[in-house]
Amino acid sequence: MNIQAPALEYGALAPILIILAAAVIGVMVEAFLSAKVRAPIQLAISLGAVVLSLSQVWNLRGSATTTAAVNSVVIDGPVLFMQGTILILSLFAFLLIADIDAFAAQASAVPGSSEEARALESGRIQSEVYPLTLFAIGGMMIFPAANDLITLFVALEVLSLPLYLMAGLSRRRRLLSQEAALKYFLLGAYSSAFFLFGAAFLYGFAGDVSLAGIRSAVSGGPGNDVFLIIGMVSLSVGLLFKVGAAPFHAWTPDVYQGAPTPITAFMAAATKVAAFGAILRIFYVSLGGAVYSWKPILTAVAILTMVVGSVIAIAQRDIKRMLAYSSIAHAGFLLTGVIALNQEGLRASLFYLASYGITTIGAFALVTLVRDSSGEVGDLNRWIGLSKRSPAMALIFSVFLLSFAGIPLTAGFIGKFTIFTAAYESGNIAVVVAGVLSSAIAAFFYVRVIVMIFFTDSKQDTVTVAIPSLYTNLTIWIAAITTLALGLFPAPLLDFISTFSTFAR
Amino acid sequence: MNLLTSMGVLPLIGAGLVVLLPATNAKLVKQCALLVSLLVATLGITMTVGFERDVTGFQYVEKYSWIPSLGISYQLGIDGISLILILLSVLLVPIVILAGWNESEGGRFSVKTFYILILILETMMIGVFAATDLFLFYVFFEAMLVPVYFLIGGYGSGARQAAAVKFLLYSLFGGLLMLASIIGIFVISGNQIGRTFDITTLSALEIDTTTQNFLFLGFFIAFAIKAPLWPLHTWLPDAAKSATPGTSVLLLGVLDKVGTFGMIRYCVELFPEASRTFTPLIITLAVISIIYGAFLAIGQEDIKSLIAFTSISHFGFITLGIFAMTTQANSGATLYMLNHGFSTAALFLTAGWMVSRRGSSTISDFGGLQRVTPILAWSFFIAGLSSLALPGLSSFVSESLVLVGTYTRYPVAAIIATFGIILAALYILIPVQKALHGPTTAGNENLPDLKKREILAIAPVISLIIALGIYPKPALEIINPAAKSTITKAGYSDPQPLVKGDK
Repeated sequence: MNIQAPALEYGALAPILIILAAAVIGVMVEAFLSAKVRAPIQLAISLGAVVLSLSQVWNLRGSATTTAAVNSVVIDGPVLFMQGTILILSLFAFLLIADIDAFAAQASAVPGSSEEARALESGRIQSEVYPLTLFAIGGMMIFPAANDLITLFVALEVLSLPLYLMAGLSRRRRLLSQEAALKYFLLGAYSSAFFLFGAAFLYGFAGDVSLAGIRSAVSGGPGNDVFLIIGMVSLSVGLLFKVGAAPFHAWTPDVYQGAPTPITAFMAAATKVAAFGAILRIFYVSLGGAVYSWKPILTAVAILTMVVGSVIAIAQRDIKRMLAYSSIAHAGFLLTGVIALNQEGLRASLFYLASYGITTIGAFALVTLVRDSSGEVGDLNRWIGLSKRSPAMALIFSVFLLSFAGIPLTAGFIGKFTIFTAAYESGNIAVVVAGVLSSAIAAFFYVRVIVMIFFTDSKQDTVTVAIPSLYTNLTIWIAAITTLALGLFPAPLLDFISTFSTFAR
Repeated sequence: MNLLTSMGVLPLIGAGLVVLLPATNAKLVKQCALLVSLLVATLGITMTVGFERDVTGFQYVEKYSWIPSLGISYQLGIDGISLILILLSVLLVPIVILAGWNESEGGRFSVKTFYILILILETMMIGVFAATDLFLFYVFFEAMLVPVYFLIGGYGSGARQAAAVKFLLYSLFGGLLMLASIIGIFVISGNQIGRTFDITTLSALEIDTTTQNFLFLGFFIAFAIKAPLWPLHTWLPDAAKSATPGTSVLLLGVLDKVGTFGMIRYCVELFPEASRTFTPLIITLAVISIIYGAFLAIGQEDIKSLIAFTSISHFGFITLGIFAMTTQANSGATLYMLNHGFSTAALFLTAGWMVSRRGSSTISDFGGLQRVTPILAWSFFIAGLSSLALPGLSSFVSESLVLVGTYTRYPVAAIIATFGIILAALYILIPVQKALHGPTTAGNENLPDLKKREILAIAPVISLIIALGIYPKPALEIINPAAKSTITKAGYSDPQPLVKGDK
């Protein structure tokens, strides 16, 4: 038998390949170098790979749309923008991960065992989190670029599997962390199954797994519409799970809470970009012709997601859980951009993802600083009176919260404004009204946190704001400045995005 | 740089200066803030002098592109109505700083922070009235909540946090409804003439009736919360009671005017047809506000709540004047905004001094102040008389303009509203009698009278109240052309009240 080697377009694939190669090197480093020197080397490799990859993305930005790797990957404007966004967010995530003491010294050791204690004592800290993160980033970069359902599924698994592990790596409260990882894995496996099921039906409908093939079948092929509907619904379940849209959001609060905070930051920011990238591509490119079949359902999901996220967040007593529900609500807002199904919607979604991502990273970075003797403090009641101990950090956290709430002069407001404008333009006024009302509900719990930080006196003074390491400090400040800058002068980014916003069909 | 931008930027520079000053030297901080606000006030007076009265349309216009891809620009300009309100704001700020010299102490945050917040707020107040770009207006409208929130929650008394949060959530809710409407009109503009937020262009849009009604409601509810109109008023008494007197002056004197200003500038001018549709409902709500506010004011035992409820009654008059849709009533409403600003300022400041001297805000704790503190008592008395619209004092002119202007179109509403004046006599004269006259109650014998600084702060306010009462012409000359143009844009004409629209 004679198998012909497929031609690979290395130039277009370079950003992805750099990251995956670095991940492999990272595994080697982990295997062969002494534990004492691993962490800084891993960090250097990871940061180097991300920067190199980012420069490749930058070089590709003007080039024409191409497909690569035998049509399985498409490199077009939105993909490049999303890859760039993911890489920038990852850069900051690595800076947070660099504070390695958030992670278990030896993930394989039983919690509380003597093995664990020994590993901690000897300082032989494993740093597998770096290559795992790199693999996840690689998956995330392929995910929005996938041009057929098989690649899409592979990318989904490449990004998910490392995340399941990473969620369980927390050094403190390890049982909670491991529980989160297991939940995430089990539910993730279900959603993958749904995804595959849907992919199979879509193949049955179109006789083709490529997005272009499905597109032409949707817009007037002979396919069986029942297959299309079942395929669409199941595929959506798999994708909506990843972004944490209701009613598939149940994992989000547990995982956000249990995972080490740097990983939560990474998941909340970068995974959302990748997953929405894929959702946008599928609905804009492949399923656009069947808009009347999915629009009502997706509208209902969007409204439900906003309302569930905003309302349940009110009852949360843990900062990470609250931010988790807030991220659910934001997933609802982002879905309005998908439903809009117009140029405006795509542009607004890209802006929203970028600005939300950077704000989220900053917010979680700040969460890592609020500690007592046993580690991070998530309990909101103990955040009371934080402004007395660290006015600057309290102020910055308020900026992040105001941006989440969508108050003018922050990036969140411009994001919300553009995405609702797109939804209104597409005639979907119900979703705009629901969005506005749930924003009003959401404002309540953001404001409540600000009240706790600024206006309430604490009875106990055991919580401190740790002096941030250089890396964390850098992340927080850059995130805060970006959040404000994008709120005051969004024009450069908006204009930049509009040069990117056509999907290859 | 254009005068409006300079006026807006100056307080920000002042805030920056205050940041740099040493926190230990509270006096220097206060002097610096006062100096900056006086400079801004001077600029405001210069602007008023240079304002051409006979010209309709915006003056001191400036425009820079801000977010071109969304059609958003930094665009300022003033007509008579916004000029009056900006002037009110920049005059009140130095008075508030001077009058509440010690308000900033003993708060949750430092003295410095107080003045930084006040100066930032001043920028926002100028911006919100000067913006002629809808998006820019919305940015100022929402952003100004933040300093006020910290001013109430950080420096007030009693249940200040709850009051601050209530204020913020009410306002945010209204603001978000307005955001939906803004998005709506923005998209419509995009479909018809290309995306823009320029309000002059937006007012020329053809919007179908149903859409217009919904968009109108989004704006109106936001402004009715701000103004505040019954039944959306419940945040105001709490906020006014908890805030420091100075903050209350800015809150009732200026911030609430954003609501009534917005009704004129945005509700009536952008959605004339919908305004006509909703006029009967709004007139009813306004009349209810007048009577309801007055009755509740009579029943108040706390002097700050009392003033808050009188304001609800007064805002009813202003709203009534706006939606009566005659030039007379509309001019009256705008003049009322100015006069209410000064008379409420006088009331709140004098009441604040009484409260800080006595350590209680319950009216029955006072008594016989006329003998102990004559200057303070007289100031309160004159402020009260202005609030009940005594002829010769400023509010009389505006209140009668509103009532006369309303009568030509809505006689019944005007007649019912007139009862508000009678009730006003009650709600002012009862506390005057209880607090100022009669025997001096125990604990009040040794209260000190006004200091020089306090007299210096209240004197200009009282003089303005009297001056505008006797000779309101300068103010009316500024207001009238703008009011006329508003009425014309709304599709009404004077003096023959005839609906010109096609329905």
